[in-house]
Amino acid sequence: MAEIGKGTDLSAYKNVWVFAEQRGGVITPVVFELLGKGRELASDIGDVKLCALLLGEDLEDMTKQLFEAGADIVYTANSSLLKDYNADGYTKVVSDAIGEFKPEIVMYGATHIGRDLAPRIAARVNTGLTADCTKLDIDPETKGILQTRPAFGGNLMATIKCPNHRPQMSTVRPGVMDKAEVVPGRTGEVIPVTLTLTESDIRTKIIEIVKTAKDMVSLTDAEIIVSGGAGLGDASGFELIQKFADQIGGVVGASRAAVDSGWIDHSHQVGQTGTTVKPKIYIACGISGAIQHLAGMQTSDLIIAINKSPIAPIFEVADYGIVGDLYQVIPELMEVWG
Amino acid sequence: MKILVCAKQVPNTNEVKINPETGTLIRDGVESILNPDDDNALEAALQLKDANEGSTVTVVSMGPPQAKDMLIECLAKGADDAILLSSRAFGGADTWATSNTIAAAIRKIGDYDIIFAGRQAIDGDTAQVGPQIAERLNLPQVTYVEEVLKCEDKKVTVKRQLEDGYEIIEIPMPCLLTAVKELNTPRYMSVKGIYEAYEKEITVWDEKDIEADPNQIGIKSSPTRVFRSFTPAPKGKGVMIEGTPKEAAAKVVDELKKKHFL
Amino acid sequence: MFEQKHEMLRKLAREFAVNELEPIAADAEKEGGYPKELWQKAARYGFGGITIPKEYGGAGGDYKSLAIVVEEFCKKDASASSLLMSNSLSGAPYLYYGTEEQKQKYLKPMVLGEKIGAFALTEPGAGSDSGATQTTCLWDEEQGCYILNGRKCFITMGPICDYAVVFAKSNLEAKGTRGISAFIVEASWDGFSRGKAEEKMGMHASVTSDLIFNNVKVPKENLLGKEGQGFKIAMGILDAGRVTVAAQGLGIGAGCLDLAIQYSKERVQFGKPICKLQDVAFKLADMATEVEATRMLVYNVADKLDKHETVTLQAAMAKYKAGEMCNQVAYKALQIHGGYGYMQDYAIERMTRAARLVSIYEGTSEIQKLVISGNLLK
Repeated sequence: MAEIGKGTDLSAYKNVWVFAEQRGGVITPVVFELLGKGRELASDIGDVKLCALLLGEDLEDMTKQLFEAGADIVYTANSSLLKDYNADGYTKVVSDAIGEFKPEIVMYGATHIGRDLAPRIAARVNTGLTADCTKLDIDPETKGILQTRPAFGGNLMATIKCPNHRPQMSTVRPGVMDKAEVVPGRTGEVIPVTLTLTESDIRTKIIEIVKTAKDMVSLTDAEIIVSGGAGLGDASGFELIQKFADQIGGVVGASRAAVDSGWIDHSHQVGQTGTTVKPKIYIACGISGAIQHLAGMQTSDLIIAINKSPIAPIFEVADYGIVGDLYQVIPELMEVWG
Repeated sequence: MKILVCAKQVPNTNEVKINPETGTLIRDGVESILNPDDDNALEAALQLKDANEGSTVTVVSMGPPQAKDMLIECLAKGADDAILLSSRAFGGADTWATSNTIAAAIRKIGDYDIIFAGRQAIDGDTAQVGPQIAERLNLPQVTYVEEVLKCEDKKVTVKRQLEDGYEIIEIPMPCLLTAVKELNTPRYMSVKGIYEAYEKEITVWDEKDIEADPNQIGIKSSPTRVFRSFTPAPKGKGVMIEGTPKEAAAKVVDELKKKHFL
Repeated sequence: MFEQKHEMLRKLAREFAVNELEPIAADAEKEGGYPKELWQKAARYGFGGITIPKEYGGAGGDYKSLAIVVEEFCKKDASASSLLMSNSLSGAPYLYYGTEEQKQKYLKPMVLGEKIGAFALTEPGAGSDSGATQTTCLWDEEQGCYILNGRKCFITMGPICDYAVVFAKSNLEAKGTRGISAFIVEASWDGFSRGKAEEKMGMHASVTSDLIFNNVKVPKENLLGKEGQGFKIAMGILDAGRVTVAAQGLGIGAGCLDLAIQYSKERVQFGKPICKLQDVAFKLADMATEVEATRMLVYNVADKLDKHETVTLQAAMAKYKAGEMCNQVAYKALQIHGGYGYMQDYAIERMTRAARLVSIYEGTSEIQKLVISGNLLK
């Protein structure tokens, strides 16, 4: 493959691409967020198309959905070898498609699949990749992309450019961008990519894919989250948190301290190394508010914090702060919440 | 078996605080630690070593000279040897250039069966260097490994974590695996290990040692550039609710009702 | 004085104390002992053999290393220095006076966490005055062994030890301490029994009882050192032992200071955290200064021991200072906690009770003053 790097004819690269991740024939929700953002970026650049790249098998229904969510073109790679995600096959097909069609921007969801795939592609096509972006803009002068992401555990935000290499690539944090507006019946152009993938290209073998009903925590979608932290004192504290959450229709979250202590599964963790959440109401119980926790919840619409220490940093972001023992305050809240 | 572990020394981001007056990071007095996911990677390697007699574990890291402390810690946990890639020429690299550097060093090491890396480092949180090393070395990879189920006949079977479940994947050696926290509980150093670690020599390699292409390493070759950095704006101050737990609870719920949250 | 390895060791000890000791300290105090797994875990990471040479399963480290680990452990759990006893009282007699066979048979299993040892010197009538020892271990020509009779009291690890070094008179004619010898006595032998576990004021996780010997047959090869050398052995071990106890006092004091700082930032009275009150802040300043001064004394003695210098005077000073300091600091720290500090829910309650022992055992403060003044006036 020709090296893409300095001296690359940047003008040869055009259009904004979204990698349309699918699992078991269902498009991953973040793809619709990428299409929403992608539309904005495309119009800020001007005169470019918003495209989706879809790999898998039986692509018709998914293709239709991508058009309805704003894709002008859907590039398709239809093969039984691509039915389930695998790093070898997907890297080859996406990299080849990038070489064939030369997009200027490629966005991936920062999912366990996107973050497995995108770095390999960036290494193969020799371009830059910015991980887990929370904000994307177009530089009005250069028309290049400005990719903003948290670093140092959320203590610092950094805006990254990729000036001399194409495509400019980002993985984008799920749950941050607004979903694309769906226009039923909207359609566009389908372009199949050239496929040279063979079975021998794929070195790993998937033996089983298991979906677990892990408490069905969907912190990302929750409207109310009740989170517990080190202040609970021990694992049994989550019984009270769970009771409270159940009563008010919320989902249980946790700080890293509580997860690290083994009191609750990692899937409940809110924050930099866990899930970023944006519920209507976030109730932090016994969470001091380490910066990396705040990074994952401070954009919640309303934050209530209960903590023994009046100088706990959580109160800096809280809309309502109660200094007190959570074991006394929560039962009182349950009493009056209704 | 010959196992390599990629590790990074990182500032303990839990301790990093923001100066409220200047809005800048306070890095003074923040301890440097072995990146947590890399600790899980090392533990996975050590467990394979314990289970397969005659195996060795070599830790590779890119960083400034003081990263030796972190490598000593790896030795004190049971790694056999450690290599530090340290040179001004490596500095300021993004993940593309970093993975080129580490891959060049691994090529020089030559012989290995498994490379373990942490999923991501807590200072950058990119999760990119592992897969990019695999790509450079043309190795198959599995990221987000939460369990090593089997390791025999030149094949490893692992459980790969997904957001909504997991996959069981079989991967031939040599390969690269990245570890998540759920993979294991890292061991501590041992007293004896600490004493022995300080008797060992840590190999230091620069760009000449690893025969790196100068156009592939360091800040100058990095495709991405930090355009600017800033501290996130804190939200406006909220209200502290006074009173007994009973009174406070009533006041908060009242406020929520007023604002139509309830 | 410190090398990088010491800093690394402190990091290890701190991690172990925070993750393994602190969470169970309150339970261990209630249950009166540590789970077997903790002993094994501590041994697996090498804490049982910090100062013990490699050939007996240890790390071959120095006394500074031991003092560092004792300090860090005791910051979180005052009783936890008992997990380290194979480095000092339980193990050192074998190390310095044992034969190769005795070291392999008794020292190594302790270091590896397989067995628990004890040091049995004190008797009901012979506390600070070792010369008054009543326990006898006399050679019986007919049976070809020693016969041990008597009772030792306040023996740390008494209820659970697998064997003990027992000091007893082997020569009734010799005057004072000269007739005392040291013997290795296994708990499984006929005639060996234990008193009930003592209900102490504090340090409940470090278990204590009497050891009772009724015609226990002690084989010749279980004489430790030479006949009549017992008192010398005991005193030699106690010098090093005092450093460990001083480090324990240091750790307790430093731990109480940590608790007081943390609580004073959390506790709000009169609209602000109590650490903003000058009386509280100045108390903390006094406590920190005392802790630091003690730290200097403790590590100075450890360093002298590492250089094989005589430490009798400095060890007595460090032990005296640490014993008194940890009580004063615990008192102030509890005072800062107010009523909550008197409740068992708060660690300061447990630490305060533990501190009380440090100025008493392994030579009371008064005995230390006797040693110190004796050195000044000789």
